Amino acid sequence: MKHFSKIVIATVMIISLLALSACGGGSNGGSGEVKDTFVFGLSQELTDLDPHQETDAATRSILFNIFEGLVKPTPEGDVTPAVAEDYEVSKDATVYTFNLRDGITFHDGNPVTAEDVKYSLERSREINGEASPLNAISDISIPDEDTIVITLDKGNSEFIYNLTCAILEKANDADQQTAPAGTGPFSIVELREGEYLDLAKYDGYWNAEELGDYVSNVRVKFIASAQDAYVELQGHSIDALQYLTADQIDGLGDDYNIVEATMMLVHGMFINNQYEPLKDVRVRQALNYAVNRDEINQQLFGGKSPEIQTHGYPTITAWYNADTEGTYTYDPDKAMELLKEAGYENGFDLVITVPKNFTQHVDTAVLIKEQLAKVGINASVNEVEWNTWLSDVYQGRDYQATVIGFDISSLSPATWYVRYYSTSSNDMTNFSNAEYDAAYDQAVASIDHEEKFQLYGKLQQILAEEGASVFIEDPADFVAVSADFTGYTPYPVSAVDFSLIKPAQ
Amino acid sequence: MKYVLKKFITLLITLFVISILTFTAFSVIPGDAALSKLGIDASPEAIAELQQQYGLDKPILERYVDWAIHALQGDFGQSFNYTRMTVSELLSTRLPVTVILAAMSLLIIVLVSVPLGMLSAKFSGRWPDVLINQTTQVTMAIPSFFLGIILTVIFGIGLKWFQVGGYVSPDKDLLGCISYLIFPAIAVAIPKIAMVVKFVRNSVLSEINKDYVRTAYSKGNDENQVLYGHVLRNAMIPVITFVAMVVAEILTGSLVIEQVFNIPGMGRLLITSISNRDFPVVQASVLYITAVVVVINFIVDIIYQIADPRIRTS
Amino acid sequence: MKKLNYSLIIGMVITGSLLLFALIGQFWTPYSITETSVALKNAAPSMEHIMGCDNLGRDILSRVMNGCGTTFLVAVLTVAIGCVFGVIFGALTGFYGGWLDKIIMRLNDILLSFPSVLLVLIFISVIGKGKYNIILALGILFIPSFVRMVRGEVIRYKEQEFVKSARVLGAGNLRIIFVHILPNLTVSMLTTAAIGFNNAVLAEASMSYLGLGVQPPEPSLGRMLSEAQSCVFNAPWYAIWPGVVIVLIILGFSLISEGLRKMTES
Repeated sequence: MKHFSKIVIATVMIISLLALSACGGGSNGGSGEVKDTFVFGLSQELTDLDPHQETDAATRSILFNIFEGLVKPTPEGDVTPAVAEDYEVSKDATVYTFNLRDGITFHDGNPVTAEDVKYSLERSREINGEASPLNAISDISIPDEDTIVITLDKGNSEFIYNLTCAILEKANDADQQTAPAGTGPFSIVELREGEYLDLAKYDGYWNAEELGDYVSNVRVKFIASAQDAYVELQGHSIDALQYLTADQIDGLGDDYNIVEATMMLVHGMFINNQYEPLKDVRVRQALNYAVNRDEINQQLFGGKSPEIQTHGYPTITAWYNADTEGTYTYDPDKAMELLKEAGYENGFDLVITVPKNFTQHVDTAVLIKEQLAKVGINASVNEVEWNTWLSDVYQGRDYQATVIGFDISSLSPATWYVRYYSTSSNDMTNFSNAEYDAAYDQAVASIDHEEKFQLYGKLQQILAEEGASVFIEDPADFVAVSADFTGYTPYPVSAVDFSLIKPAQ
Repeated sequence: MKYVLKKFITLLITLFVISILTFTAFSVIPGDAALSKLGIDASPEAIAELQQQYGLDKPILERYVDWAIHALQGDFGQSFNYTRMTVSELLSTRLPVTVILAAMSLLIIVLVSVPLGMLSAKFSGRWPDVLINQTTQVTMAIPSFFLGIILTVIFGIGLKWFQVGGYVSPDKDLLGCISYLIFPAIAVAIPKIAMVVKFVRNSVLSEINKDYVRTAYSKGNDENQVLYGHVLRNAMIPVITFVAMVVAEILTGSLVIEQVFNIPGMGRLLITSISNRDFPVVQASVLYITAVVVVINFIVDIIYQIADPRIRTS
Repeated sequence: MKKLNYSLIIGMVITGSLLLFALIGQFWTPYSITETSVALKNAAPSMEHIMGCDNLGRDILSRVMNGCGTTFLVAVLTVAIGCVFGVIFGALTGFYGGWLDKIIMRLNDILLSFPSVLLVLIFISVIGKGKYNIILALGILFIPSFVRMVRGEVIRYKEQEFVKSARVLGAGNLRIIFVHILPNLTVSMLTTAAIGFNNAVLAEASMSYLGLGVQPPEPSLGRMLSEAQSCVFNAPWYAIWPGVVIVLIILGFSLISEGLRKMTES
């Protein structure tokens, strides 16, 4: 009897000790010291440190702080000289001449030379093979040590957007994947794979003076899922998190400021135009009438996303064709009428394959399934792993419909619209339209801005009218930033600019 | 000695079979590492080149033999996904985390459940037994990740006893790491505690009702003496087996709880690596986890033999 | 004067009502289990929706009713697979020993040491997702624990006097196993089965939590819990109800087995 009580008491004591030490550990973390480290939550891991490897949007948005091209993107959706001091484009848009910035250095302190620029462009082209937009370059010459002349095989006024390609140090060739040095406002301190990437302010940054007193340390913390990341935000383990939902920002307190932007994503239900029922344009249009964009927007983004009817980014007004917006309204009766005309009055089966790691895509698919049921289409949702999605849906094009978002990887519209060009390796939807292909060729060849605008507008019109897919919205992006920091600025391309972040006064 | 050798050979065979199973499974499931690495707009050439670099273009048998030859020399290769690290480096940072977590859970389980189980058996049918029984019935029914969510909300966000996601790696701050892992360990332990308490209680009770115990009592032995001298020893045999099975479950349980508390242990590594098709990492982690479980079973066998000579004779 | 078997009665009542609840949920629910609504998004419990609504405005009560059925089905079939094969393999290997024992125990060890998440993940990747594939994968996972338990007990019993005397009386091996030895295992079997049900419900919930369970929008208690995690601050009721039902299901099963054990003891 005595023995038992002793054991029980001992156990209770040990557990309370454990619990106490837990409290001790916790309170250390929550102290109110001055913050000089900005912790940014990323709900995935960094795929690569080498900026020339084709990577995902999240990785690009972080590498933006470490590497720069001859030019770099601005928050307004244009480009501004970076490694180059200034540049000139010939009238026919074939010759681009760059003057190297005076005194610019890599993170290891070595000066950037024209040879480094040449090396970097060639390296990127070699790594990305046939798909590289830099293949348009016919010659790179170095007339004097501060000048680089890039000649294209034919005129292309959009080419400047491709020159955001990162400039790396030639002497560092062997270590580009493991210890690359860039010219950006931050240098790499430590990458702990699966845990975090630590960055430090680069004191020799060329624009340091103008930027002023920006944050000196940044930790990019990799978190397994968006849900976990949100919980960490609640617990103040991270200072900022992107891609929050409308529900989630409602649950945040006053110690976070919310920055509203859009994700720069063409979010929609992309369809396989070669799947038998979807070969008929009337069926594709019926889908467009049957999907209630407003409901999806309300459910997932609190109604704050700009809705779209074509593959376009409404915030980039330079290229967006706003006339496409009235093409479809939510009209189930019209959808059923069109289905009847096409001979599908009893509906058909439609499997929506969706990558399960993206909650928003899964939820969208679930909502669409319900909406399609109302016009007699028997949709089902098939969740797959991201890798399976890449190989079966994207590469294999073996699918009927899928919900996904295409991010804006380049500011050059040619890269957006090549996705529907009938012979393109990116034509995931199997869309094939002669008029579209012709207009695309013309648009790319044109060097007159107004003409280009008209032609890209026409492409958007065709995509909308033909119902190439069901384009839904450019999702609203809610970014929560701790009140300890100011200056978070959204970019239209994949970029999180840490050099604009300052500790709050 | 012969016995140990035999067990060692068994371990090798087990690992061999598992490596083949994992390998085959990986060749059947769609997608590969090159795809997930290069993402959506990769050119076919870039993918082909990376596949070649990873050796994914070779015939399956050749790939397995290649892998096995290197693995036998202790070289598990380079991770496809974490390009800057070898698999061994990667595992050596992740394995300790999971081991610490599992060890802490096990410690909590044993410290709490053995005394409670015996207490319950001793007072069989009376109020302490009923109370323990009813509490364990309920706690057994709570999924550990649900418990994890609840603990996070109450102690992390509400009471701020620990910083959610404030994990530090053991090589930087061992104590900090342990104190962060306490709540995850509790979340893993609580449902298992209930099971072990139940098992200990039943085991002790069924032992108490056996003839030799009655004989011991009838000979006028003291109650505690009988309980510790005979019952405990015999009752612990099935308990040890059960706890060994629980260890395997704790390892699996840790895999899930690591997701809830964002702990970079083996579980998260395994799950990310599977979805990235990072074959060298998956293969090595599976083998490690398997080896640990097999070795535990082996130790249990030995304890079993010492405790119960009947096994040896049969 | 016999004491009332409270465990059995309470267990039966809980399990019975949940079974009824789940059964009704297969044919009738107060609202559609898939119909979404913007207006009811994260709606708090009210007279119309007594458990509230989820993140897409679906009625939680209806989804819990239907998802409860999935959980029951998975648990019962999984334990059934584990139990049947476990008893067969365990009894045979324990009784006969020899090379059969070696092979099966080796396989058993391999299965026991193979991380279950990986096994299920690979299974699902190879044969596709869905309710029945999860049952198959979990069922296989459950065999080893039964094999181990049955084998151990059979070894314990086969050297005992009553078995030896049965043999002297001319009983065949199969008769000895099934008539003389196995009935002695009822109590251990029930305990293991209770733990099995418990584990099966937990495993289904964990797998769904990791996204390996049923396909959306079909409801499953585990999946609902994982969906609820992201809105635990705006709509805590979403996490509570599926969690409570999981707890009740397991509680019901274990009370019944507890009660049965008491019955066989007295």
